[in-house]
Amino acid sequence: MLAYSLRRVLQSILVMLVVALISFALFRFVGDPVNSMVGQETSLADREALRRQLGLYDPFVVQFWNFITRAVQGDFGISYRLQEPVMKLILSRLPATLELALVSGTAAFILGVGFGVYTALNRRGLASNGIMTLSLIGVSLPTFLIGVLLIWVFAVELKWLPSFGRGDTVALTSWWTTGFLTPSGRASLVLPAVTLGLYQMTLIMRLVRAEMLEVLRTDYVKFARARGLSQRAIHFGHALKNTMVPVITVMGLQLGSIIAFSIITETVFQWPGIGSLFINSVKAVDVPVMAAYLMMIAAIFVIINLIVDILYYIVDPRLRLDGGGKH
Amino acid sequence: MTKPLLSVRDLKVEFPTRRGVLTALNGVSFDIMPGEVLGMVGESGAGKSLTGASIIGLLEPPGRIAGGEILLKGERIDNISPDAMRKVRGKRIGMVFQDPLTSLNPLYTVAKQLTETIMTHLPVSASEARRRAIALLDRVGIPAAARRIDDYPHHFSGGMRQRVVIALALCAEPELVIADEPTTALDVSVQAQIIDLIKEICAERNAAVMLITHDMGVIAETADRVAVLYAGRLAEIGTVHDVITRPEHPYTQGLMGSIPTLTQESDRLISIPGSMPRLNAIPPGCAFNPRCTQTFGRCTAERPDPIARPNGRQVACWLYDEEKAHG
Repeated sequence: MLAYSLRRVLQSILVMLVVALISFALFRFVGDPVNSMVGQETSLADREALRRQLGLYDPFVVQFWNFITRAVQGDFGISYRLQEPVMKLILSRLPATLELALVSGTAAFILGVGFGVYTALNRRGLASNGIMTLSLIGVSLPTFLIGVLLIWVFAVELKWLPSFGRGDTVALTSWWTTGFLTPSGRASLVLPAVTLGLYQMTLIMRLVRAEMLEVLRTDYVKFARARGLSQRAIHFGHALKNTMVPVITVMGLQLGSIIAFSIITETVFQWPGIGSLFINSVKAVDVPVMAAYLMMIAAIFVIINLIVDILYYIVDPRLRLDGGGKH
Repeated sequence: MTKPLLSVRDLKVEFPTRRGVLTALNGVSFDIMPGEVLGMVGESGAGKSLTGASIIGLLEPPGRIAGGEILLKGERIDNISPDAMRKVRGKRIGMVFQDPLTSLNPLYTVAKQLTETIMTHLPVSASEARRRAIALLDRVGIPAAARRIDDYPHHFSGGMRQRVVIALALCAEPELVIADEPTTALDVSVQAQIIDLIKEICAERNAAVMLITHDMGVIAETADRVAVLYAGRLAEIGTVHDVITRPEHPYTQGLMGSIPTLTQESDRLISIPGSMPRLNAIPPGCAFNPRCTQTFGRCTAERPDPIARPNGRQVACWLYDEEKAHG
């Protein structure tokens, strides 16, 4: 177990180094950083001084090393656009995105697994067919359209929920602000969370259903029936646990993409998260923010994958090669 | 005379399909006495496994019992509620499947699967269930049962896993064990051990066995009586000695002629020309008539019912009809 985890951690570090290289390359290939930082009137001498100060004349390896050592300490430089430390910008935007991802991810997981199991067990029922048909909408409609439709129905026509923003927030720490504690914050979460989670939910549901149907056909489920176990024990003890092995992988990656690709939802709802920060930075060629965003998303994926692999290991005893006596 | 443990009367199993109803079992009747080993032979698709699945109530939909009855100690079990049937499965009728590699849930230890089954059927505590499970594993020949019980299925070899499966089928002390090709997936070297084990352990507990196989050698060594199925109908049933030494049905004669023996002089095996008809193309009259060497007029017109012969044997063949002999 320890050796396995250690090996996976080393692999993760390697992946992060490659991503860092790509992020670093952004600085060198997306325009001249000095041009982006200074105004039209800056003299050539000042520009030269800035270049030296930034270390742009150092060899590539030295620059890359400096970039990494600073990144590890959380220093990604100063945003060209907002003239503030990148890390501070990201930290101030991160809670909004994480709270949104947490709510929509949890809802997508619970409802997805619930509906998936229900439709697999009642394959021919009217309700199952209804759910399956509706789920096609979730899979096929683009996110921005769902968002706009929800705004139109629930914010414009019915006026039940706010159409944009995060509502009132409460500061928990110097940088963590939460919308969970105020009524307007909670109300504001609903529409973006539904928009972001609908696709994930239908995806998880269809996956769980397909896997569950597969597992229900296996010999060990048939044997469990032949032993006279209760329906409950067969469905939730034997079948569901086996269903979860492949589902865990997909859900881990989906959680990553909820955080990473909330850009569209955040844009539609003007949600003050890192997705909208990124899209505005791209418009302004704000390379430090883009590089930091890239690194952060990669880190999230790597960490989730690491957790998924370790979960796999806990769920499936066949992976624990070193445990038990082989006969 | 003792009453039969299991009586199957005129069993008919149908599969409704888009192109009409397929009759997979048609008018199958036989008895199993307490403690008796009944062999069931036939080609693939003859309906051996379906007979077993019908008895234990695990026909795969859309298959259904369309006629006849199944009685366990004089009580019908083919039309009782799913919940009542669940209490029969495992408790009164145990089942051993063909492939031990897929019959056990890979995510649970052997201990968990055994105690779960024991506690479903018997009113015992968890520690008592575990004690019984260890004793049973020991009895089926798992070395160091007390230690191995906490292993996962993948820690066991194929033969050992089939022993675990047998322990699982027997753990609630059923009166009847249905063994569906229990050795087909195993190494030839362990096949005999497993067959001996099933026979011994069932004899100890006075459990009857219905042994489904296509291996006449296994039947000859193990069974008391043998039933021969052909195209979903019973061709012949009688004591193993009678059927093997003096087969009466032309199909059984062909079947015996196709088995190589060491003592026989001839070096050519007899094969039956043609193949078993598909379920949607069973000829009128006797299902075997197109391949039979002794067909006469009546065989293509009328379906023969089992005809009683000396020593409790029954043969479904017009050759043995008294009326024909006398008239």
